[in-house]
Amino acid sequence: MLRFARKRMLASLVSLVGLVILVFFLVRLTGDPTDLYLPIDATDAMREQFRANNGLNDPLVTQFGRYVWDLLHLDFGDSIRRARPAIDVVLEAFVWTLQLAVITMSLVAVSATVLGSLCAFWAGRLFDRAVTFVSLIGASAPDFWIAIVAIVLFSIHLGWLPTSGTGGWQFWILPVSVLFIRPFGLIVQVVRGSMIGTLSSPYVKTARAKGVKNRPIIFVHTLRNAMLPVVTVMGDQAAALLNGAVVVETIFGFPGVGKLMIDAILQRDFNVILAAIMVTAFAIFLMNLLIDLAYLLLDPRIRA
Amino acid sequence: MTLADDTLAPPAEKPAALRLLAMLRRDKAACLAAAFLILVVFCAIFGPMLLGEAATKQNLRGRNAPPFSLEQGWLMVLGADQLGRSLLARIVVAAQNTMLVAAGAVFFSALIGTVLGLFAGYGGKKTGEAIARLADVIMSFPSLLLAVIVLYVFSPSVANLIVVLAITRIPVYLRTTRAEILEVRERMFVQAAKVMGASHRRIMFRHILPMVLPTLLTIATLDFAFVMLAESSLSFLGIGIQPPEITWGLMVSQGRPYLNNAWWLAFWPGLAIILTTMSLNLLSSWMRIALDPVQRWRLEGGAKKNG
Amino acid sequence: MAEHLLEVRDLAVRFHTANGPVDAVKGISYHLSRGETLAVLGESGSGKSVSASAIMNLLDMPPAEIVSGRILLAGRDLLQTSAEERRRINGKTVAMIFQDPLAHLNPVYPVGWQIAETMTAHGRPRAEADARALELVRRVGLPEPEAALKKYPHQFSGGQRQRLMIAMALALKPDILIADEPTTALDVTVQAEILKLLKELQAETGMGMLLITHDLGVVAEVADRVVVMNRGEIVEEGFVPQVYANPKHPYTRKLLDAAPGKGAMHEPIAAGEPLLKVRGVSKLYGTFTGLHEANFDLMAGETLAIVGESGSGKSTLAKVLMRLEEPNGGTAHYKGRDLLAMSPRELSGVRREIQMVFQDPTQSLNPRMSVFDLISEGWVIHPEILPRAKWRERVAELLTEVGLSPEHMRRYPHQFSGGQRQRIAIARALALEPDLIVCDEAVSALDVSVQAQVVALLDKLRREHGIAFVFIAHDLALVRDFADHVMVMKSGRIVEIGTVRQIFTSPREPYTRALLAAGLEPLPHGATSFPPALAPAAEHQVVNHLA
Repeated sequence: MLRFARKRMLASLVSLVGLVILVFFLVRLTGDPTDLYLPIDATDAMREQFRANNGLNDPLVTQFGRYVWDLLHLDFGDSIRRARPAIDVVLEAFVWTLQLAVITMSLVAVSATVLGSLCAFWAGRLFDRAVTFVSLIGASAPDFWIAIVAIVLFSIHLGWLPTSGTGGWQFWILPVSVLFIRPFGLIVQVVRGSMIGTLSSPYVKTARAKGVKNRPIIFVHTLRNAMLPVVTVMGDQAAALLNGAVVVETIFGFPGVGKLMIDAILQRDFNVILAAIMVTAFAIFLMNLLIDLAYLLLDPRIRA
Repeated sequence: MTLADDTLAPPAEKPAALRLLAMLRRDKAACLAAAFLILVVFCAIFGPMLLGEAATKQNLRGRNAPPFSLEQGWLMVLGADQLGRSLLARIVVAAQNTMLVAAGAVFFSALIGTVLGLFAGYGGKKTGEAIARLADVIMSFPSLLLAVIVLYVFSPSVANLIVVLAITRIPVYLRTTRAEILEVRERMFVQAAKVMGASHRRIMFRHILPMVLPTLLTIATLDFAFVMLAESSLSFLGIGIQPPEITWGLMVSQGRPYLNNAWWLAFWPGLAIILTTMSLNLLSSWMRIALDPVQRWRLEGGAKKNG
Repeated sequence: MAEHLLEVRDLAVRFHTANGPVDAVKGISYHLSRGETLAVLGESGSGKSVSASAIMNLLDMPPAEIVSGRILLAGRDLLQTSAEERRRINGKTVAMIFQDPLAHLNPVYPVGWQIAETMTAHGRPRAEADARALELVRRVGLPEPEAALKKYPHQFSGGQRQRLMIAMALALKPDILIADEPTTALDVTVQAEILKLLKELQAETGMGMLLITHDLGVVAEVADRVVVMNRGEIVEEGFVPQVYANPKHPYTRKLLDAAPGKGAMHEPIAAGEPLLKVRGVSKLYGTFTGLHEANFDLMAGETLAIVGESGSGKSTLAKVLMRLEEPNGGTAHYKGRDLLAMSPRELSGVRREIQMVFQDPTQSLNPRMSVFDLISEGWVIHPEILPRAKWRERVAELLTEVGLSPEHMRRYPHQFSGGQRQRIAIARALALEPDLIVCDEAVSALDVSVQAQVVALLDKLRREHGIAFVFIAHDLALVRDFADHVMVMKSGRIVEIGTVRQIFTSPREPYTRALLAAGLEPLPHGATSFPPALAPAAEHQVVNHLA
């Protein structure tokens, strides 16, 4: 297991380094931030000064070398836009995204598992068909469309919930609900399929022959075995949420890392983009370790 | 001999295409989905030819005309936009770009991913590992973000959009192909072919690929829906297709400022997206069963549905 | 007759399948008394397991439907009883063990918990259940019982898992134990131990045992009475010695005749230079020795049987000879050239002369190719054998030769039965006109009567075409009528090699003797059952009887 974790860490590190190099040069192709940050009538001297301050005059390779050198000292550079350390800006936004992701995924995990299991048990009955239909719509709907329809309905016509921004619990309801739909739709289907397969497995037959009641058969014997493929899908979905729900954060004016990254790209705030990528990559790496741990807990066969 | 061995008379087999059609007819949901998709494809191919003019004709008296009224003619049945253009005509015309981007991205990612997957699965252990790692790297990239940067650097044309989306989806096919091949190549009938002295090429194309193709087709159908949603999101964020070209995602985005008084501007194109992706999902899950010889019986014959 | 413990009366079960309704069981009746063992004997598709599933309420309905009949447990009709009450009967009054214990134990829970669950599911307190689980594990003879309780199913061997299943089933001292093919997947020596354990436990508890099996030997070994099933009907029933000595129904007679080990033994005659000369072939898997220094010769037109239990290295040997796996050392000279040293190009030429028939024809035939494509594939690869114009004619000939008909060539493998599929696989091997065919457990997956047919077919081919066979099997009795030489293997090593007569009449090695003793004699003469462990003296009697 330790060897596995080390291998995994190495692979993640390699792909992170690749990503940072790629993005470092790619974002510099989007143009010169000077044009964005200085007024049109700025003098050449002012421009020159701005470039020098932000180290944009050196050859790209020198800039990259300096960036890596600073990085090794845990210095992620400053945000041009906010004139603060980029890492601080990113971590603030990341806390919002993390909360959103944790709340959403917890709700998805619990509800999709329970409903998917019941669907499998009652396969073909009305309950199953209804939940399957709803989950199908959920898995098919574009989130931005759901978001604006929800705003029209709940915020504008009914006036129950705020349209955007942050504040009390009311501000969380719409973003969480919209983010909930797609992973929920997908995972209900995965749970259902996996459970149907597992329910017809020989050891469930044994449990029936032992006289075990239905509820433990579903939730003790079957579910734990059926969860193995589900955990993988949940991990992928959680990773997508941690990367920042760009669209939903934009629509609801939610100050998460997804919105921050889009803004930073549009504002050519290079250090923020890179810091954000590294922070989310690290978070996803940690989450993958958690997933591996979940596997170990669920399946004794891989503990060896 | 009258023992179990030689008494089973094998039933006759109908041609594969006919059987598939017959199975499709029996599954109502999949049948509807297929019909809707045919309609969408028809719109995508002939839409601009038939309704191209109606989609761009401005009609100031019909600005933001509400839906479900036939006063302004049948084209206005879904209402009109802020310039009085028929929403129905615009949705039909926008189908072309929407489908083109999705189909292009799926085609290229499936093609490249499958070929790489073949090498990764059937080639040597080292090559296989290297290609698989490459897929992991692409997979671990935040794809939407990269798409935003790339499209920001290069112009957001249809071609660039296809390239960006195709690259992000390659790992899906690569991983599936590789995993399937690693499994299939260990099967007995592949060993049997090897024992007969079959060449690598023959084993690959006669024995392994036909087993893998149905899975890939199923995944491609599902992925078509995913790519459509991704394109819509990008267009919605303003970094996908640029006006005056239109896609469904862009139409939703353009309708957003008018949500208060003209909800239909954003509603109908969104509905078009949902119905299309839903049909693709339905068709994909039907295909998963229909193309699997072990599961096919579930869809055949007039038997009582199993559970 | 007094009220029976269990009585099945006119039970009829129908399955609604894609190809219309199938009557799996057509009005069968049998009964079981306390302390008695009743065997339900039948081949695959005979419906022998269906009534047991009906007793345990394990039939999925739909697709299954109980058309008529009653299942009386101590006089009470189970089919009229509520699901909840039947749950309370399961495990407590009637318990069941299954064929494949690895699949039938939940992989993610410790076995101790699973045994205790039988008791907690019926309201016993946890502590009492745990204590009893320990007692049971000790009783069924597992080493280190305390530690065993905490282990998971994958950490045990096949025989140990079946012991655990038995412990689980007997936890609440049920009146009836249903055993569905309890020893089928096990090695012969392990099978004998498990049957012995079941017998002992039955004597201790006085339970009635319903034994479902396809194996004539198992029935002879443990059953008091037998019902013989064929295509959903009971064709014969009675006390085991009577039925075996004097079968009334033609099907029973056919089944008994198909049991191997009755014909004349081959006397090898071939002399001269061997076709295949294997010297010092070894194969390591990491640190595990799959095969150690194998040496043997095979003469042209002869059959060499390789017999051993699981893990004996017999299949590894076949794979190495076919170059499906690369050996760690040794030579195998075929017509004077070393197979193991050939380049891929040389090898592909020799491939056509050495063919292989695999264990499971369902897996060894590509499901997407028609029979014509399957058989003619060899000619696509080796076009020098036959011009394309003659393919159709030759495929028809080959199909006729293996006992199928020429119009089968347009069909697909899934449209045939297991035995027919193996015939197709044999036809495919013959198409290349080989000098040697390696059969890796080629008949093990087939029903007894079908086994006999396929073995007869192979023997005919050997006689008519002079093809040499390497025939790998785990069943000694099976190879007796067919082999010229027999090679016994254990743990990757060759234990003994000799002519078929020498191995069966005067085995030199203790392991060979143990294998012969553990193999269940399908035809009891006189006694209801054999003593499970035969003393060396008794062994010779058996051998003499065989000879």
